[in-house]
Amino acid sequence: MSSLIRSPKDFCASLIYLSIGLGAIYIGRDLPMGTAMKMGPAYFPAVLGWLLAFIGLLSLLRAFIVKGDPIPAFAWKPLLLITGASVLFGLIVRGAGLAIALPLFVVMTSFASVKFRWGPSLLLAAGATVFCSLVFVKALGVPLPLIGRWFSGWFAG
Amino acid sequence: MDLLTNLGLGLQTALTVANLLYCLGGVFLGTLIGVLPGLGPTATIAMLLPITFGLPPVSSLIMLAGIYYGSQYGGSTTAILVNLPGEAASVVTALDGYQMARQGFAGKALATAAIGSFFAGSVATVLIALFAPPLAQIALEFGPPDYFSLMVLGLVAAVVLAHGSLLHAFGMVVLGLLLGLIGTDVNSGAARYTFDLPQLADGIGFVIVAMGMFGLGEIVRNLENETTRSVMVTKIEGLWPTKEDFKRIWAPILRGTALGSVLGILPGSGSILGSFASYSLEKKVAKDPSRFGKGAIEGVAGPESANNAGAQTSFIPMLTLGIPSNPVMALMIGAMIIQGIQPGPSVITEQPALFWGIIVSMWIGNFFLIVLNLPLIGLWVRLIMVPYHYLFPVILVFCGIGVFSLNNSDFDILLMALFGFLGYVFAKIDCEPAPMLLGFILGPLMEEYLRRALIIGRGDWTVFITNPISATMLVLSVIAMAFVLMPAIRKKRDEAFQEES
Repeated sequence: MSSLIRSPKDFCASLIYLSIGLGAIYIGRDLPMGTAMKMGPAYFPAVLGWLLAFIGLLSLLRAFIVKGDPIPAFAWKPLLLITGASVLFGLIVRGAGLAIALPLFVVMTSFASVKFRWGPSLLLAAGATVFCSLVFVKALGVPLPLIGRWFSGWFAG
Repeated sequence: MDLLTNLGLGLQTALTVANLLYCLGGVFLGTLIGVLPGLGPTATIAMLLPITFGLPPVSSLIMLAGIYYGSQYGGSTTAILVNLPGEAASVVTALDGYQMARQGFAGKALATAAIGSFFAGSVATVLIALFAPPLAQIALEFGPPDYFSLMVLGLVAAVVLAHGSLLHAFGMVVLGLLLGLIGTDVNSGAARYTFDLPQLADGIGFVIVAMGMFGLGEIVRNLENETTRSVMVTKIEGLWPTKEDFKRIWAPILRGTALGSVLGILPGSGSILGSFASYSLEKKVAKDPSRFGKGAIEGVAGPESANNAGAQTSFIPMLTLGIPSNPVMALMIGAMIIQGIQPGPSVITEQPALFWGIIVSMWIGNFFLIVLNLPLIGLWVRLIMVPYHYLFPVILVFCGIGVFSLNNSDFDILLMALFGFLGYVFAKIDCEPAPMLLGFILGPLMEEYLRRALIIGRGDWTVFITNPISATMLVLSVIAMAFVLMPAIRKKRDEAFQEES
């Protein structure tokens, strides 16, 4: 980052506040504002949006004035693996079913650890799948299919 | 006496077989999850919340409260045994507790924590029973402008007492308030910030936000320095403190209880302040302060009592005013709303069985904590020894299925992933997720009170100043802010949150 920015953390936060604050005002522009007497659906969000944008502005100013620590390095591998695995799990759990989505999720998240080994991880995946199928689906009745609709045809005949 | 009849009603409610079992189950499950390294009470409660939704309101809140104490005690156990405090409040416990464990006194440290917690919990429960009803009585007189200003005061106080940057704590509160408004506006029926997604029409569930930011986010942070974590558990023996030890710990327990009870009522990091303050107090009054940090039993007894007392008294603002003072209480309020109870001063008059039942169950919960945990320490130790790289994928699976089961919605799993990602990024730039969760819960409530207040004031914003109660709250908020912005106080505040070593 350029040397003008003396506090990268404040700078980054200010961008988040400004974009969400102004974004909230922009998206809410079509909704009726109403009056203070009769607040419309856009009234309170607009107040908060401007407030957040103002805080963002203060944070932006501070980023140029006060010296702060640099942003620490991101642990991209665990971050992306864990959020990515969760997204994938959410996308395929109904279609593919728990018996496929869950082991995939366990192996993928285990891979985020530096101590990852295929053998134990596959065992863990199998164990977790059996446990969750029995406890959550059979006992507690969470409506998740073990084999989803994408594959159910294979077993029907 | 009135108090006795009320407590009798509470006993009747809490002492049914079902509620006793839910309380016991809550304490057990809370400890079970809380003892897992790196999971604080907020993440634990968020994970276990879905279990309680199907229960009747009283049982569900009794179980939740049990989960809370259980997870706190679990956090202290990991702090003592493996030097991994699950939450900020047990950071100080780890200082001397872990040293005691290394010297072979792990059992004694754990028993001291349990005894201190039980005593503090019992005292704090009595305090709640004494002070909550009159406070609720006062709050019943509040009109919408007073309520709005009270929430402002609560949020300002939470921000002022949070650790880290003041500006970012404010930013996160406002961000939380804004996120809380996503969904259908109750008054006009207009869809707000739903991006035409039907899944967002009912807003974002608070459990999803908490599980993402506190559960997922924390797990990623734990994986960051995975190689440096060393798990060393010594053999647990000599559980019961000796007569000599009792002589040493009774005074710290009393002082810790007093400090924790008072500071716990404050919003924000009240219970954290309690344990930190108790540690420095014990160090000051000790004949030989140099023993601290090297396994002084007083350094475990005081902060642990303060911690538990504070955890208990933080229920006072939640139960009487409907104002959450920390993320855990925010989750409790969310759970109450899901159960169809409007949190606030009317709970005590409209649902006396619920109110007094919870209070009595708090004491029973603390009792279970001590009977359950001392014999089960062996089990908890074995759990702690399970390597983290086998544990966290399973925890994540539970998070995923738990979030799904809230609304049977796969979309919610995607949202959890998003909040996990955000939680991690926010932590990197020193924006604490705790104030955001408070704002998130209070967002819709504040909007409603603002609307009503402005109708009363005929659209005139001065209604907040002309109303004496509301004006007092706002003045207090301004004073609290001005106080913290003064350089001298600011330095003191930073010092108070410094870890002493």
